[in-house]
Amino acid sequence: MLYAILCYDNEDVVCSWTKDEDAAVMAKLAVVQDKLRKEGRLGPVARLLPTTAATTVRKGAEPLILDGPFAETKEQLLGFYIVECETLDDAVTVAKDLAKASSSNGSYELRPIGFYAAPEGRAP
Amino acid sequence: MTDLAWIDGALAAARPQAVAALLRYFRDLDTAEEAFQDACLRALKAWPVNGPPRDPTAWLIMVGRNAALDQVRRRARQDPLPPEEALSDLDDAETSLADRLDGSHYRDDVLRLLFICCHPDLPPTQQIALALRIVSGIPVRRIASAFLVGEAAMEQRITRAKARIARADVPFEAPGPAERAERLAAVAAMIYLVFNEGYSATGEAVDERAGLADEAIRLARLLLRLFPAEPEVMGLAALLLLQHARTPARFDADGAIILLEDQDRTRWDGKLIAEGLALLDKALRHARPGPYQVQAAIAALQARADRPEDTDWRQIDLLYATLERLQPSPVVTLNRAVAVAKHRGPADALALVEPLGERLDGYFHFHGVRGAFLMQLGRRAEAREAFGRAIALAGSAAEAAHIRQHLDRLQADAAVASAAASS
Repeated sequence: MLYAILCYDNEDVVCSWTKDEDAAVMAKLAVVQDKLRKEGRLGPVARLLPTTAATTVRKGAEPLILDGPFAETKEQLLGFYIVECETLDDAVTVAKDLAKASSSNGSYELRPIGFYAAPEGRAP
Repeated sequence: MTDLAWIDGALAAARPQAVAALLRYFRDLDTAEEAFQDACLRALKAWPVNGPPRDPTAWLIMVGRNAALDQVRRRARQDPLPPEEALSDLDDAETSLADRLDGSHYRDDVLRLLFICCHPDLPPTQQIALALRIVSGIPVRRIASAFLVGEAAMEQRITRAKARIARADVPFEAPGPAERAERLAAVAAMIYLVFNEGYSATGEAVDERAGLADEAIRLARLLLRLFPAEPEVMGLAALLLLQHARTPARFDADGAIILLEDQDRTRWDGKLIAEGLALLDKALRHARPGPYQVQAAIAALQARADRPEDTDWRQIDLLYATLERLQPSPVVTLNRAVAVAKHRGPADALALVEPLGERLDGYFHFHGVRGAFLMQLGRRAEAREAFGRAIALAGSAAEAAHIRQHLDRLQADAAVASAAASS
């Protein structure tokens, strides 16, 4: 089963990290990613720019184009991983490893993937 | 990252909104600041034990407000409020109260706090110092070292600025649309000033002020979250991000300035450029151009050029012409002349700057740029004179050293020429 691991955190806090703090977190996360990559389980990984850079297209007869994310929330979607996991327990383990690497106060949402179009049509 | 580091991050992130809400309660900057400090101290005690609250900002506002009220009552020799233990774990009723007190005013609160810092009665340096102290929460010691003054002098400067604001009587009602737009423009200008203090630093001041550009970007992002559909705020944020992206390439190992065309473009920060370009794209969709958007568009054209010779100088010339219309200034014309020199040659550029002589006679860059055009045209004696004027006006050793390189080159060219003539 493919899982999307969606990373939610308060972007005010994440944006207030210094360059060095940010780099330290990214380096720790890279270790977790490397392990998954070696096991052949890691799909695309993305870190999103702040929500201030976001645009929302609201569906309708005449789609509405809005600045910013759709909903104002305390925690924002800041990035995601696509990982091959046998069971939900596996996905939880990956999320725990990621959480240990970046111990800020956010959360991970584990979403089983229903449809996935891989680059060049391959699974991760 | 340790737990305490996380708490520091959360406190810093909550600061503008919390101080702004406390300012609305108490209508006094010192009281609001003290209340926030108090709440932070309590957070450092309570959060590691109880875990972080669901909404740190609401917690800090509530605890800060109660702590300050407690102070007021103690001063009035009345019964104190219940001890802080009773407050350190907010129940749902209190949380929703804090939300209600805060949520609807949040945007205007933070805007008011920022606007107070850039009150027109305050000179620019005081505006910057106040914003850094109150909104960003930077310690006076660090602000003082960024401005190369003693801590006591900076403390006094900030105290004086606060006294002036207290007398100025900024209204606390929610502003009308016209007033809100006015405040927004003043705040954007102040954020740009903070950025420039960091960005224009040279020599020893570079390290001391490195944080100011980051701080300005944080403030711009904050303003953008408050006003997500304002194209000029997007333009401001884009401009700061695109300029700051070049920072890693702007100085050599000795701290000397490296000009744009000589910079190692692989050292530009690609992530900041991506964010800046995305914001500019969003802004342009609104088709309501303004000075920040135009300046960001100029910076974007430079950021998009992998090599200096790929720069679209004709387009930059056009954008500067637009900026001249939106915001007429001899300095803008001078910048336009640099673009003109690149795509139409130094003669046209010189013709554009000559009429500026009267107004820009005391401006370092005017003489530096004019000297460069004269040098390109082979008018060496006049170029030497212009560079001499520039050196006399240089604001830093790095600026003077840069002009001296031009003079050395003129000297070397003259030596070659005279050698050729005598052989």
